[in-house]
Amino acid sequence: MSESANAIQFFTGFRFSDLGFLAEAAGNTLLISVISISIGSVLGCLFGWALHVSVLARYLLGSVLDIFRSVPLIIQLLLFFNFFPILGLPLEPFAAGCIVLIFYTSALVAQVARGGIEAVPDSMRRASRSLGMSYLQDMRYVVWPIGARAMLPAWTGVALGVLKDSALVSVLGYLELLRASQILITRTQEPFIILAIVGAFYFALSYPIGKLSARLEQRWQYD
Amino acid sequence: MIELNSVNKSFGDLQVLKGIDLSVAKGEVLSVIGASGSGKSTMLYCINALEQIQGGSISVDGLDVHAKSTDINKLRQNIGMVFQQWNSFPHLTVLDNVALAPKIVLKKSADEARSIAEKQLQHVGLGDKLDTYPTRMSGGQQQRLAIARALAMEPGYMLFDEVTSALDPELVGEVLDTLRLLREDGMTMIVVTHEINFARDVSDRIAFFHQGVIEELAPAKELVNNPQRQRTQQFLSKVL
Amino acid sequence: MDYTFHWRPVIKALPDLFSAALVTLEAAVLSMLLGIIFGLALAMMRLYGNRPLSLFATVWIELARNTPALLQLFFFGFGLGAFGWHLTPFTIVLCGLAFNNAGYLAENFRGGFQAIPAPQYKAARCLGMSATQTYIRIIIPQVFRLVYYPMTNQMVWAVLMSSLGMLVGFRELSGETQFLASNTFRLFEFFLVAAVFYYLLVKLILFAAHILSRRLFTY
Repeated sequence: MSESANAIQFFTGFRFSDLGFLAEAAGNTLLISVISISIGSVLGCLFGWALHVSVLARYLLGSVLDIFRSVPLIIQLLLFFNFFPILGLPLEPFAAGCIVLIFYTSALVAQVARGGIEAVPDSMRRASRSLGMSYLQDMRYVVWPIGARAMLPAWTGVALGVLKDSALVSVLGYLELLRASQILITRTQEPFIILAIVGAFYFALSYPIGKLSARLEQRWQYD
Repeated sequence: MIELNSVNKSFGDLQVLKGIDLSVAKGEVLSVIGASGSGKSTMLYCINALEQIQGGSISVDGLDVHAKSTDINKLRQNIGMVFQQWNSFPHLTVLDNVALAPKIVLKKSADEARSIAEKQLQHVGLGDKLDTYPTRMSGGQQQRLAIARALAMEPGYMLFDEVTSALDPELVGEVLDTLRLLREDGMTMIVVTHEINFARDVSDRIAFFHQGVIEELAPAKELVNNPQRQRTQQFLSKVL
Repeated sequence: MDYTFHWRPVIKALPDLFSAALVTLEAAVLSMLLGIIFGLALAMMRLYGNRPLSLFATVWIELARNTPALLQLFFFGFGLGAFGWHLTPFTIVLCGLAFNNAGYLAENFRGGFQAIPAPQYKAARCLGMSATQTYIRIIIPQVFRLVYYPMTNQMVWAVLMSSLGMLVGFRELSGETQFLASNTFRLFEFFLVAAVFYYLLVKLILFAAHILSRRLFTY
């Protein structure tokens, strides 16, 4: 086969093997999302609790978290990615992406968690404390189960948001789903099909989870 | 003149109006009494085309209410209606609640609509509340607002659907007084009510509804003081 | 740390960044206006439309909410190119953001419509108002109050999302920053200043929304 024939081959349309490439990239999207959402949520719950108990935290931590909600994620990513080399510690796109997404998630979850804690009526907490429960027992057995229910729908919204926003890590060069699609579009010149496949992947994850959470919310309302 | 000719109305299998014949002349006040579910409110909704009918006909000033060719919005301008719930528009001031329909339906100028609204609000005793929002008023005041709002369209007829049922007892009087005022003005009214004494004192005739039919229809004092039908007697002895 | 910060190029570029911020604001406001119009239409189609209309609205809403905004932008950018439609960067951003805003706002509006008591509609119709008059004068103003807070949030999102414009070649605040940063190699400095611009822009919008709500909702 001649060199030029190869080149023509190279530019032909979408191939079956490309699906493997997309699947690998989809795995990367899932990986960075799961890491960021899980760590970010735990951190966010701690932040939310801090915002609830301390006035000082509300001013200091609150203002810092506010920044993560008021600056576009893409700017946060680029800022961070270009900050570490200054310290002489260049970061991999994956690591930089994870760190930013974790803090971004935690800032959003903190608000949700604070709302969850405040959704537990004071009277209920007084009741549990008067039964002789310690503060931690009250948190563990009363506030957490009730607050978690109250915050689940909003938390699901945040988690699905982060899943979709993780597409932005592509600007750092991390090979997740959207970047993979860009590479394929450049090669195959079939943007419509590829974007549709990528869209279908996000949709297949996000839609059922969103619906499930809405259904749970509705069921709990009538309890 | 409002005329009903053998009107039938069903909700699914349930027939709520069974061959109602009734006519209300200009200037007359008719009260409608009867147990809940006897069909009296449904009849009002049919007159206003808020509900469709399955048989018979209803005409207002000779206009067939349920004919396809009838302009329903035009028809409703001629028939004011006030509900059990006052349904004030919470986002508008008291004045705008009343002035809105004259402005956008009757195409009056802003000034004209305003002066109509002021006049009607003064008439029902809300002249000092023009710039208040209805959510800051009592139920009785809001019900009077609803009456003024309907009157501002200068309707030929007024329909009242249990307008005092949702009110606290101490607020019932002020709304009934407003209705008396309208009677003095010579307004033609159909009043569905549970206030038997009010019906007796204010109306020309009373219709007693029982299970979708007019069981008895007589001059007001006669029907209350000397009911002819056994069911009317039973009903009155329970509520009086 | 042997990096030296150079702020001079950034300071020199401040007027450019400022006008780019205005472009961002303009794109966000326009996309929000379009989003409100389409969102209202979608909500009403979903609530009161016949089957095809309601299906159309549902597909729009669910696609907007369940795929990344950047993907939606790429679709208007490269995706439509597959059919020979080539939009300008500004149009791409406007269409993408409006599509996204409309999907999210439609769900807010739908909740709002359902929260307005049905007798409000009946009372207005009894005064002789047409269905259209009733919606415009009575129902929709009340819906706007109910969804005012989520709408404010969506406006903030629109500003943040417009930064995706830099990935489709639109010179709004992020695109301009990217352009200037790569010309001068002062990436960190430029992105930091852009972050400050965005932060102030968001605060300005929240403040304006607060003032506006006081003017609008006196009841």
